[in-house]
Parts: sequence; C-alpha cells; structure tokens
Amino acid sequence: MSLVDVSGVHKSFGSLRVLRGLDLQVDLHEVVVLIGASGSGKSTLLRCVNGLETVDAGEIRVDDIDVTSAAVDLDKVRRRVGIVFQQFNLFPHMSVLDNVTLGPRKVLGVNRRAAQDQARELLARFGLQDKAEDYPDRLSGGQQQRVAIVRALAMKPEVMLFDEVTSALDPLLVGEVLDVIRELKSEGMTIVMATHEMGFAQEVADRVCFLADGRVLEQGPPRQLFDAPQEEQTKAFLARVAAGRQSA
Amino acid sequence: MTTPAEAPLEAPELPYVDPVRRARARSKSRRDALVASVSTVLVFAVLGYLVTASPGWPKVQETFFNWDEAVAAWPTLIKAFVLNIKIFLVAEFFILILALLVALGRGLRAPAALPVRIICTAYVDFFRGVPTILVILLLGFGVPALQLQGLTNSPVVWGTVALILSYTAYVAEVYRAGIESIHPSQRAAARSLGLSSMQTTRYVVLPQAVRRVTPPLLNDFIALQKETALVSLLGPIEVLRAAQISASSNFNYTAYVVAALMFVAITLPLTRFTDWLQKRDARRRMAGAM
Ligand SMILES: Nc1ncnc2c1ncn2[C@@H]1O[C@H](COP(=O)(O)OP(=O)(O)O)[C@@H](O)[C@H]1O
Ligand SMILES: [Mg+2]
Repeated sequence: MSLVDVSGVHKSFGSLRVLRGLDLQVDLHEVVVLIGASGSGKSTLLRCVNGLETVDAGEIRVDDIDVTSAAVDLDKVRRRVGIVFQQFNLFPHMSVLDNVTLGPRKVLGVNRRAAQDQARELLARFGLQDKAEDYPDRLSGGQQQRVAIVRALAMKPEVMLFDEVTSALDPLLVGEVLDVIRELKSEGMTIVMATHEMGFAQEVADRVCFLADGRVLEQGPPRQLFDAPQEEQTKAFLARVAAGRQSA
Repeated sequence: MTTPAEAPLEAPELPYVDPVRRARARSKSRRDALVASVSTVLVFAVLGYLVTASPGWPKVQETFFNWDEAVAAWPTLIKAFVLNIKIFLVAEFFILILALLVALGRGLRAPAALPVRIICTAYVDFFRGVPTILVILLLGFGVPALQLQGLTNSPVVWGTVALILSYTAYVAEVYRAGIESIHPSQRAAARSLGLSSMQTTRYVVLPQAVRRVTPPLLNDFIALQKETALVSLLGPIEVLRAAQISASSNFNYTAYVVAALMFVAITLPLTRFTDWLQKRDARRRMAGAM
C-alpha cells in the first residue's frame, strides 16, 4: 500500500482545467520529483495532497485516510503532511523559535519548554542554532527556507512536500537548502518535490514524474526519464530546460 | 576585566567618508540649522506684530485671551474635562473590542455564518453613513423618551453609547482593511501546520493586521477624543458645556480657548506618536523592498 495515493484527481480553476484525472502513488521512504512546464499543475497537486485545495473529482489517500472526503478532519491530515513553499511564508511577526514552535504548541498541545527544546535541536541539526531568537527579515533567503523546512518538520510529518523551494533563492544559496533535503532523504523521509533543479532531481529522486495535460504523462527512475524519455512532450520539455541552462 | 588570552575585540566598522567631504557636510548642516532658526523666528515675529498691531487686537485679547478669565475658569474646566476623558476611555475600550468582532463577523465565509455577515455589513453601512451628531441626538433624546423600565436616562451613558456605535463602524473597517492586507499565503502556511481557521486568525493574521493598522486606528482615537465634546448637546457638564456656561455668564470667550487648548494638549502626544509610527513603518517597508 502506498503512503500517498492520488487517483483520478480533477481540479479546475473556473474554466481552466489544471488536473485532469491525475494518478500518482508514493511509497514510504520514496523520493518522488515532479517536473513539468510552469502552469502544468505541480503546485496545485501538492496543495491538494495537503488539503489546501479541494479536488473536484477523484480521491487522495494519505496513510489510507481519504483527504478528499467531507467527513475527514483536514487539520488532522495536515499535521501529518508537511509542506514548504517557494516563498518561505515564514510568519514575519514571530521569532524563528516561535515560528517553529507554533504548530507543536497550538496543534499538538506540546508545552512551551518541550516545544522549544525540540525546536532548538532541529535548528541545530540544520546549522541554525544561533538564529533562534532572530526575526525572519534578518535572515538570508536560504536561512529562511531552512527555517521553513524546520517549521514543517517540527510537526513530525510522515511525508514532506516541497514546492520549488529553491526557485526564489539566489543561486549561491540553493545548495544549503538542497543539503537539507539530502539529509532528510538519508533519514528515510518520504518526499514529493516539484523542482526545476534537474541535476538535483537526478541525484536524489527514486522516481521522476513528468506532468503535462493535467496528468502524469511519463514517469520512471531518473536515469530512464532523463536519458531515454519516451514521450514527445517529455523530450521537448527536457530539451527546453537544457537550452535554458546553456543560455543562462 | 580583560585577559591577554582573549581574542582582540574587533573594531566596529565605521563607514568611511573622506575628511574633506565630512567637513563640507558638517558645515552645510550647521548652515541649514541657522537658516531654519532665523527664518522661523522672523516669520513668527512678523505674524505676531501684524496681529497685535491690528486695530481690533485689544478687544480680541480682552474677550478671547484674557489671562485672569483663564485662571478663573481653569478649575471648573479641568474638572469638566475629566468627564470628556472618562467618556473617551470607556468608549475606546468597547470600540476596540466590538469593532474587532464586527470585522471578524464580516470576514466569515462559512455558509452558516451568512446571517452574521449580513448583520455586520448592514451595521457598518448604516453607522458609517449617519453623522455621529445625529446618533447622539437620537439616542440621547430618543431612548429616555421611550420611558422604558430599567433603562437609564443618563445623557452621559447614552452619549457614550452613541459614540461607541458610530466609531465601532469606522474602526471595524480599519481592522478589516488590515486583515485583508495579509497575504493569503500566510494563512496557507498556518493551515498547512494543522492550525484551525480560528487559530490561524488568532496567532497569524490578527497580530500582523493590527500592527499594520495601528496608525489609522490612532487617527480614529484622536477624532473620537475631540468628538466627546458632542455629548454636550445632551446637557451633561463636560468641558465644552462648562466653557459655554462660563462664556455666557460674563460675555468672555477665554474659556473656549482654554477648552480648545486642553483638547490639543491631550491629542498632541497621540498625533506625534502616530506620525512617528507611520514614518517607522515607511522606513521598514523601504528596507524590506531593497
Ligand atoms: N487559486 C487559483 N486560482 C486560479 N487559478 C489558479 C489558482 N492556482 C493556480 N492557478 C492556475 O492553475 C494553473 C496551474 O498552476 P500551478 O499548479 O501553480 O502550476 P505549476 O506549479 O506547475 O507552475 C496555472 O495556470 C495557474 O495560473
Ligand atoms: Mg508552482
């Protein structure tokens, strides 16, 4: 049984049909990378898995709980599914420590001391121990994004969703965020990430999924998908990405 | 205490400006200060001369700026002014709470909350449209006329209630603007941690929204402080009414001037504080934009 099981999901915004019967299974400890043109629905898919968007049709199961059913307590689902966004979205009025402890304290009912101890431990693991008292606007983009990841991890999620977490970063700062994801993979975290970092995808992904026409058009191990794509659209997309990298 | 083993203190890095430029900048700022003081003194001296040299000045001074009258009226006026301050404080307390509830009520999106939303919207539409002075007259004279059992006829109470009703509508709109200015991604981030909608509002949206609207909120406080004088229409002896009595008893208007100065004295610190906050926020936004 898969940890995340997306089947036949449809999602439209007005007349724009973004997801059209999308299927995706993610196993425990698996790292799945989503690639696809901008606007192909990667963010929408991740937001649906987290219950931030409701689906129009189809089913999403996380750990065999149907996220899309009306009866489910979405707040309970969300605390098991961590998500990190492109724009960090830290709470600017709170210190790093408060950002990280808010969820555990208010949602899991952990007391302040215990939450802070756990937060400091996590921050230290990702080289952020001396940033605990700082406010987000004092941090670099890379530090902010690492705090956002720690904030999600503090909820002890079973799966982490990363939505282009390095796209808003100065190229020099991308590495430190990717290091965090590498570390999570080595610990066995189940990960679904949308990214344009093809090199990184090749390195960490167990499976790469190419999204087009509101579906997973093609998927497979990174070697296979990058070196021997079968679909014309996949080939065209990869060629465009390669050309973009050369011109950049 | 320092030990030689300690690492040497790093000298704080000062911005480097070459000495010639620094001297030039210093002499320019000295010159600017001098020009500013001289021109200010000059303008006020000329204005003062024009006013006091005018033929009507002695008469005006006698009726509006009479020192002895001011001293005589002071004790009564200051006692009356305490009532204004009390009205202001009580009204402000309720306004801050009620306006927040109204703003939150207008923001409810659940289908079951539709009636709440309609009521809150209608309330704001109505009281923002009606002049405060009319609300005061309607409540102050209207409610006692109903002769309802168990309801007070106190004009101070009804005047204060009228101010609360009127200003709650304005302040609710200020809150709402603040709440709507918080980017939806903040909400999404909080919800993704498993916080409920209410927790998200409480811990993430409201603290940021209130910070953002503090200057306009303070502006409304300043306006409210002045409008406590409108309660005089209902008869209680607050400062405007006290000044009126003083003026009509001896045909001297100095008491009005004293009352005016009292309002200025109490609103001035708030005004300056608001300016300061606004400047600070503007600076922060600039810094954030870079
Ligand atoms: N809340 C929304 N309202 C309207 N349109 C949206 C919304 N979210 C996403 N879209 C649209 O859906 C399409 C897919 O967006 P997205 O999932 O963000 O794609 P990707 O992440 O792959 O770039 C885009 O055309 C986008 O403009
Ligand atoms: Mg996206």
